[in-house]
Amino acid sequence: MKFDDSVKYQKSHEWARKEGDLYIVGISDYAQDSLGDVVYVELPETGKSMKQGEAFGVVESVKAASDVYMPVSGEIAEINGELEDNPGLVNEDPFGGGWLMKIKPSSASDYDSLMSAAEYKEYTEGLEE
Amino acid sequence: MPFITNTDQDRQAMLVRLGLSSVDDLFSELPVRFRNPDIELPPAASELEIMAELGRLARGNASDQNSICFIGGGVYDHFIPSLVDHLASRGEFTTAYTPYQAEASQGTLQAMYEYQTMVADLTGTDVVNASHYDGATSLAEACMMALAAGKGEKTTLLVAGSVHPEYRAVTRTYLQAQTGSLRILTTDGATHGMQADGSGDRPHTVEADAVTVDDLIAQIDENTAAVVVQNPDFFGRLHDIRPLVAAAHDAGALVIVHTDPIALGMFRAPGTDGADIVTGEGQPLGIPLSSGGPYLGIFGCRGELVRRMPGRLVGEAHDHDGNRGFVLTLNTREQHIRRERATSNICTNQGLMALRAAIYLAAVGPGGLQEIAELCYHKAHYAAAKIDALPGYSTGISGGSGQFFKEFVVTTPRPAAEIVAKLGRKGISAGLDLSRFYPEQSSKLLVAVTERRSRDDIDTLISGLREFAS
Repeated sequence: MKFDDSVKYQKSHEWARKEGDLYIVGISDYAQDSLGDVVYVELPETGKSMKQGEAFGVVESVKAASDVYMPVSGEIAEINGELEDNPGLVNEDPFGGGWLMKIKPSSASDYDSLMSAAEYKEYTEGLEE
Repeated sequence: MPFITNTDQDRQAMLVRLGLSSVDDLFSELPVRFRNPDIELPPAASELEIMAELGRLARGNASDQNSICFIGGGVYDHFIPSLVDHLASRGEFTTAYTPYQAEASQGTLQAMYEYQTMVADLTGTDVVNASHYDGATSLAEACMMALAAGKGEKTTLLVAGSVHPEYRAVTRTYLQAQTGSLRILTTDGATHGMQADGSGDRPHTVEADAVTVDDLIAQIDENTAAVVVQNPDFFGRLHDIRPLVAAAHDAGALVIVHTDPIALGMFRAPGTDGADIVTGEGQPLGIPLSSGGPYLGIFGCRGELVRRMPGRLVGEAHDHDGNRGFVLTLNTREQHIRRERATSNICTNQGLMALRAAIYLAAVGPGGLQEIAELCYHKAHYAAAKIDALPGYSTGISGGSGQFFKEFVVTTPRPAAEIVAKLGRKGISAGLDLSRFYPEQSSKLLVAVTERRSRDDIDTLISGLREFAS
């Protein structure tokens, strides 16, 4: 299980990574592993503003369909169009090519409230028990 | 061994939890005389005697065997080729359900797949599911799907008053637990609500409900999730939906068209004209008239919407040797995976009825379907012209102005209920008395003419009606 330490996490298993003025968002390796083969990703339209914790899309696997939540408040700046034809990228490369979308943040403090890789690892270990 | 495997101790524990002292206490709401009453039945009879008795009772019913049927209103007396009964009653096919074990059910899945393919061709849609209970539930599910596609931002469904009142009532019931509102549109731009039991607020007349495409276009706004029309509508009238589709799409709304599959043998497919979701009552496709069903809900949509489509879908696949096979596909749309996020809880369908429709369509073929539609059209127009010429009768709502298919509203010189009752005794089912839906209007009769009606049948109706002419 990979816990990329260049990103920050929230309890619902999304990660965010600062990239210039934007945050790039995906789901964790732990999340993709729990879901199994991802077959479809439903993403929002760009330009839409949402708050931290609000559901912005759905990741569907062969055994579950799960909402994914905004790790920081802001406007949807870009979505990963690759996922339409190749949703399996979420499984293969959750911290890279399997990214979901980018947010133009409206608050600087949201990112600080997220967990570090170490904190998130500890959190997921608690879930296993 | 009893079928209920609870032990006496289990039952006692449940009673204690409920605060009751005996099982009888569970039924204390029921008056004692209704609990396990003695039912006096005659002695057991032989099969011979029972068949004779049931036959005697059945002969008291009006049926398509002893009555000339001009009743429509959603289900129609179309001819059913004997091939349909013969093939559909084969044991291999006899299940009402789509099978869950795909690998063991290839024949049934192939039949469903062919049903979907033929109905997609017919409706002009990209994808058709393996069916719903009936036309009304298909339409209601389409409305829920449109609200889901509106993502909570578009929450109004504009429903033409000319949609079948029972379909409107079923839709109302389905939407009770949804966020969204249903506006039933009338000709003056007003809207009227409708209760789940089918009763409604004013205005509530045939004339007010006989809306046009322009009436609907005028009401579309940015909150409109979908515009819902029936074409041919409840009154039999045909509409050119293309301007409606253009206006709705401009406003970001979907268009749901409920149709009659027989009409599609002759008229433009709603999907081809841009409808996003097409529903229909599949009964005309080889399913006999019966009291409320089982019938068949047709449901098709544009490919982009397939993730929100309810119901089961059969898809074509290949095994590891490259052989063609069939599977249930896109299951993640469904409630057993998507749980509370699913648009719909429908998990079953009318497999046997869909099979009948597939056999029917294969038996008559595209040319045959066109011929059937044209016979309906011409016979209905012959009947409408004859009725319109009778003193005191008019076919103004549908027959007199605009285009209609196989059904039309007749304004009668005497109460429609009286005409229906008197002609019924002569073996003529004259039509559907619309006072059932429009209580203030006693003289509106909805008349349907299918390809089964001969000129003699129609002339028999005309002479029957002439007796009431003023």
